[in-house]
Amino acid sequence: MRLAANARVVAALGRRSVKQTFRRPQFLAPILLFPSLLLAVNTGGAGRATEIPGFPEVAGFLDFELAGAMLQSTMLVGVSGGIALALDIEIGFLDRLVAAPISRSAMVLGRLAATAALGVVVATWFVALGLVFGARVEAGVAGVALIFVLVSLSAMAFGGLGAALALAAGRASVVQGIFPLVFVILFLSSAFFPRELMLEPAATVALYNPLSLIAEGIRAPVIAGISAGSLLEGLFGIAVVGGLGFALSALALRRRLRTG
Amino acid sequence: MPAAIETHALARSFKGDVVAVAGIDLEVAEGEIYAFLGPNGAGKTTTVRMLTTLLAPTGGRASVAGHDVAGEADAVRRSIGVALQEAALDPLMTGRELMLLQATLHALPRAEGRRRAEALLERVDLADAADRRVGTYSGGMRRRLDLASALVHEPAVLFLDEPTTGLDPVSRLTIWEEVQKLNDAGTTVFLTTQYLEEADRLADRVGIIDRGTMAAEDTPAALKAGIRDPRLELTIADGGADRARDVLTRFGEVAPAADGRVSVSLGGGRGQVAAIVRALDDAGLMMDSLDVVEPTLDDVFVAKTGRGLDDQRAREQEQRERSGDEQLVVEPARQ
Repeated sequence: MRLAANARVVAALGRRSVKQTFRRPQFLAPILLFPSLLLAVNTGGAGRATEIPGFPEVAGFLDFELAGAMLQSTMLVGVSGGIALALDIEIGFLDRLVAAPISRSAMVLGRLAATAALGVVVATWFVALGLVFGARVEAGVAGVALIFVLVSLSAMAFGGLGAALALAAGRASVVQGIFPLVFVILFLSSAFFPRELMLEPAATVALYNPLSLIAEGIRAPVIAGISAGSLLEGLFGIAVVGGLGFALSALALRRRLRTG
Repeated sequence: MPAAIETHALARSFKGDVVAVAGIDLEVAEGEIYAFLGPNGAGKTTTVRMLTTLLAPTGGRASVAGHDVAGEADAVRRSIGVALQEAALDPLMTGRELMLLQATLHALPRAEGRRRAEALLERVDLADAADRRVGTYSGGMRRRLDLASALVHEPAVLFLDEPTTGLDPVSRLTIWEEVQKLNDAGTTVFLTTQYLEEADRLADRVGIIDRGTMAAEDTPAALKAGIRDPRLELTIADGGADRARDVLTRFGEVAPAADGRVSVSLGGGRGQVAAIVRALDDAGLMMDSLDVVEPTLDDVFVAKTGRGLDDQRAREQEQRERSGDEQLVVEPARQ
């Protein structure tokens, strides 16, 4: 009974967060627009990278880059969710939730449910964009379904990090400040370039960067097909980011509730 | 009558030994309207945040609707409605969406939540604006929506933190009428305010808080009566003030009043007025004006704390004008 009530609260808060994103075009536009522009610039300008010896076998550079664009987009979903939560704190909306008889975790889970839903929007956008511009998903419909799951889960994981930052800082400007960091962390992974072709120390950083695992997990169904190894690596990367995000969120929420 | 709110030595301090609430005892009976009066930074909001489970006390204890705020926070949350100082509304939501969300937060069945949301929107005169985004609402509409959302689960105790601050007189009056109606229906109301008129008009009892401690507590009438007797202020015509003073001395303590008027205390109450007028008439003295002046809650505040609420507001206004920023917050709303 209590579980059902909590699920209803999470769903209601998730719906609110999704609506909030669609009602703030300045939040939604960067999530889809920036990664799409970068994708266009990369594939247009560096398309011959596939000819470099050692580059993985791909039908086209767009096929390779799609995973990076989706990953970047999910990271921006996380940042945007963090900003929205920080705004809730600033305007006192979080107090409204704290003063209600709901589970404390539902407050964060509602927002994470929204980031997962936005992950589906991201996957839909980029898969469609890729197919329109000539990319091919080697793993077929099952591969597309797998991409949707991985992108949605990774959006949720990054949402956890965004929520942790928002709860710790309580200010939207601070969360917004990490925006450039998203690019740095992303470029230090194999999101846009094969790990094997990177120079040191970037290659070593990319090796241990969980974003590489997530990017390669999302990329595998596009360029090769479904493989258990890539899937597990992708899920492991998501678990690392998500675990860190959820743990930090829980700590920050507890601290915020204690100090008011 | 059982207590709806009870605190014993309730205290809250913050980092750096900042004591916001220094151990207050209060008891609010069921069905009562209790006004917590004090200037910014006195500890009003911190007290409300502790009573509404938003902030953990660092000392003492408190119970609301029979539940301990620290140990039975969930039961407290089910029993209370809260409308906070800065109406905590999402400007991107519509009024109806907010009401339905609030109903979900309080686990009301969907149909019941919809029914109550519609009824409350109607009641606070927001039915026509229900599908507009809150960001387009006026200050008064936002307060009314906030109040309605606090009532969706029919709470036994309603907390209103400065419910009319910044509102125009008409919106203020609307909120007051609504609060009075709620109380008539049996809801206990705990409100904080900086407005003496608000406390005077609404409250059964008033607690005056200053620098985190209770300076006084009683009914508005008793608080005022405890300060001094009412006074009769007169303007005597044709320079008869000196002779009038001689006559008035027979009735009570005489003192000069503003604008060259003469004032006498009414130790025997308002009933003395007729006798004073007759005595002045017998002495051949004419009056241009006559007023009975009752002590105000501001007088009470000055007597109990050594400074006036209006003094502080004037200082804040002066600071705002100096900074040229109308939005300046002199002290943090949350201590």
